[in-house]
Amino acid sequence: MSAVTATQAPTRARARAGGPHYGTGLGLGVAVLYLSLIVLIPLAAVVWRSARLGPVTFWHAIRQPDAWSALSLTVGASLLVALLNLVMGTLIAWVLVRDRFPGRSIVDTLIDLPFALPTIVAGLVLLALYGVNSPLHLNLAYSRIGVVVALLFVTLPFVVRTVQPVLLELDRDVEQAAQTLGASPATTFRRIVLPNLLPAMLSGAGLAFARAVAEFGSTNLISGNIKFHTEVAAVNIFGRIENDDVAGAAAISTALLVIAFVVLIALDLVRRWGRQHG
Amino acid sequence: MASRYALRAVALLYLALLLVLPVGLIGYRTFQHGLAPFIDAVNSPDARHAFWLTLEVAFWAVLANTVFGIGGAVLLVRHHFPGKRLLSTLIDLPLAVSPVVVGLALILVYGANEPVGGWLQRLGLQVIFSVPGMVLATIFVCLPLVIRAVEPVLLQLGEEQEQAAHTLGASRWQTFLRITLPGIRWALAYGVVLCLARALGEYGAVAVVSGRVVGETQTLTLFVEDSFNNFNQPAAFAAATVLAAIAILTLLVAKLLRPKDSP
Amino acid sequence: MAIEVREVNKSFGGTQVLTDINLDIGSGSLSALLGPSGGGKSTLLRVIAGLEQPDSGTVVISGRDATRLRPQQRNVGFVFQHYAAFKHLTVYRNVAFGLEVRRRPKAEIRRRVGELLELVHLEQFAGRYPAQLSGGQRQRMALARALAVEPEVLLLDEPFGALDAQVRKELRAWLRRLHDEVHVTTVFVTHDQEEAMDVADEIVVLAGGRVEQIGSPADVYDHPANSFVMSFLGPVTRLDGELVRPHDIELSAEPAGGTPARVVRVVRLGFEVRVEMRAAGEDVWAQVTREVADRLDLKPGDTVHLRPSAAGRVPEPSGLTRQAPGL
Repeated sequence: MSAVTATQAPTRARARAGGPHYGTGLGLGVAVLYLSLIVLIPLAAVVWRSARLGPVTFWHAIRQPDAWSALSLTVGASLLVALLNLVMGTLIAWVLVRDRFPGRSIVDTLIDLPFALPTIVAGLVLLALYGVNSPLHLNLAYSRIGVVVALLFVTLPFVVRTVQPVLLELDRDVEQAAQTLGASPATTFRRIVLPNLLPAMLSGAGLAFARAVAEFGSTNLISGNIKFHTEVAAVNIFGRIENDDVAGAAAISTALLVIAFVVLIALDLVRRWGRQHG
Repeated sequence: MASRYALRAVALLYLALLLVLPVGLIGYRTFQHGLAPFIDAVNSPDARHAFWLTLEVAFWAVLANTVFGIGGAVLLVRHHFPGKRLLSTLIDLPLAVSPVVVGLALILVYGANEPVGGWLQRLGLQVIFSVPGMVLATIFVCLPLVIRAVEPVLLQLGEEQEQAAHTLGASRWQTFLRITLPGIRWALAYGVVLCLARALGEYGAVAVVSGRVVGETQTLTLFVEDSFNNFNQPAAFAAATVLAAIAILTLLVAKLLRPKDSP
Repeated sequence: MAIEVREVNKSFGGTQVLTDINLDIGSGSLSALLGPSGGGKSTLLRVIAGLEQPDSGTVVISGRDATRLRPQQRNVGFVFQHYAAFKHLTVYRNVAFGLEVRRRPKAEIRRRVGELLELVHLEQFAGRYPAQLSGGQRQRMALARALAVEPEVLLLDEPFGALDAQVRKELRAWLRRLHDEVHVTTVFVTHDQEEAMDVADEIVVLAGGRVEQIGSPADVYDHPANSFVMSFLGPVTRLDGELVRPHDIELSAEPAGGTPARVVRVVRLGFEVRVEMRAAGEDVWAQVTREVADRLDLKPGDTVHLRPSAAGRVPEPSGLTRQAPGL
């Protein structure tokens, strides 16, 4: 007996020294410190700065006409953009997965371009095509449609990239089964394909919405930042920082953070719902 | 099958109008009068300074996030501790925050008028309106990219190879260098490329914390905006073309590096 | 005839998968399409269902030319190897699907789905999702779903292929009983000759995209049209240059005109005994009962005399040879 314990003891000590749990505390400490210094404490400072205003002053700050107008435009345009992405993103994903044509893989690669392209460049290229000297004679500069187009550009990949893998994994047998049971192609899409894609579509649209609400660079040039007309929330915050209205900037930033937070929770719920029914 | 062609046409037309034509046009505008104006534009002292500053900021941000990304991924995949889910959620937070809010958040902590920033200032370290602040802002916006690229591959790799190395007498550091790191190298490269592209192209957060001093704290993206607003369109288009070329290069490299089983 | 296939050809990207297929399936029959994988049997089934278009030839279902009809117009039931369950719908809604798209009255749907769930013994699982069922239960659900629309023919593509051996055996017996109750014309694809002989009234042997033979299980086993069918349907060995079934070889100690052979190994597998021998420089084996082995007292090194028994002397041309239409 004692011989057994004697041989086991060093093994266990060795396992502890070389095993995966050693250093958890140290690593965790460093990771949390890094995250805190760069992300958590600064974000908390924003919320803290607006909390110090008190609820009444905070409400007044975001109800200032220019701020409220910018917030309304941001949320409204982002909702529209999310909706358009829901349709166009699903359509593009469908074409990329189910259709075969020369150059398909190039198109597939191009989808990610808005993620790789700096937002200011995105704004500039859109202004080149849809600005004052538009070769298409389509001048969207300094208009709300211009804002929507810029947001559509930067959010393009979200729905495509969430729907695509689901569509790829979707069992073709299932659609054929529906056909042999008498369902037309439209019915098969509506009753079999769509319910399977819906969680991914909503998830992608939610991400697109969150990104659109936060967007700054791409709308900056094409919108012209006209107060009460084309100025989005991020630009409004930027203006307040430039004019040393830090408290007002913090209040509107907090409003954006709250919207982002709500979207993240909603996305989590959609994912859980999707997992249950998938 | 007419409906198939209709869908294809709609998708391709949408992508052409939104993506291909605008980006193509900027390239055309840049080179329509030949190569010389382009070279003049990118060779100006301000442009060259902006280019090197962009590289400097991106280098430090990518380095920091690579180290954090590997460490964080190992922590999340190989270790168990209370609050793991919360930490994992917090890591994604930067993706949901507006770049302008990122800038504001950093000013509120590290600005010279704030307690922490004032203390650092007295130690001789100016953060905001200076390179350290720009590095911090860039780290913030691309913080999740490396860790999220490495994490799934590390998970898939499993712990058995590392345990085998331990039983063969390898130390933790040897095991990491000889077993773990080679196993995640492509995923790591993928994450680093994404992080680098994001760092080179960051605009909003850097615009807020840099103070945008021409020739001092002006990065390439800020140079594009400044040139455009000062009616120097050739310079704006030239710098934008450089950034777009970097973006396209990134896409191609990322496509090569992307794990083959994911779409 | 429930299904008439005439001169069907099909190729995928230059590879000929079906060549001049002619086939008649009688009303109410239970037929197996049997053959090695890649032999074209699944493709033939999918051509009948309309899931593939033949390059040439015609498919007639219940006297109606269905060649150009879409799958949803053919009124066939199709069961897929991997179930093709509608994962987002309950078992009840899966079975009801075909009736719902036909806009049948609610009450009728409820009654019909209830009957079918009872038939496949899934009545207590009506509210579950497919993910909560075992493989065998999912396949029974898929069967009920296919039967709900009262199809003119029921087509099953390797229906038990994804299931483990025990469940497979149960489902086979169950499919047989179901067919006796419902009497719908049924065609199933399998690569397992035992499964085909166990379940089907009629076996269609397909290989290399051609019909090799059509006949009852006994016909194709005892009167194979050619050596391929013979070796695919059961064990074979070679005696005097001829293919013989090992259980159709008689062993005797006396010469009596047989081929002499030397015993190499005697393997006792319970009731059956396998005797491995060398005869005229060739390996040959025979399957004998324990009594025969004991009576001859077989040991390695013994010399025995072999001849084909009356039942399996030479494969006779059966008249049921390849591509005989009108069966």
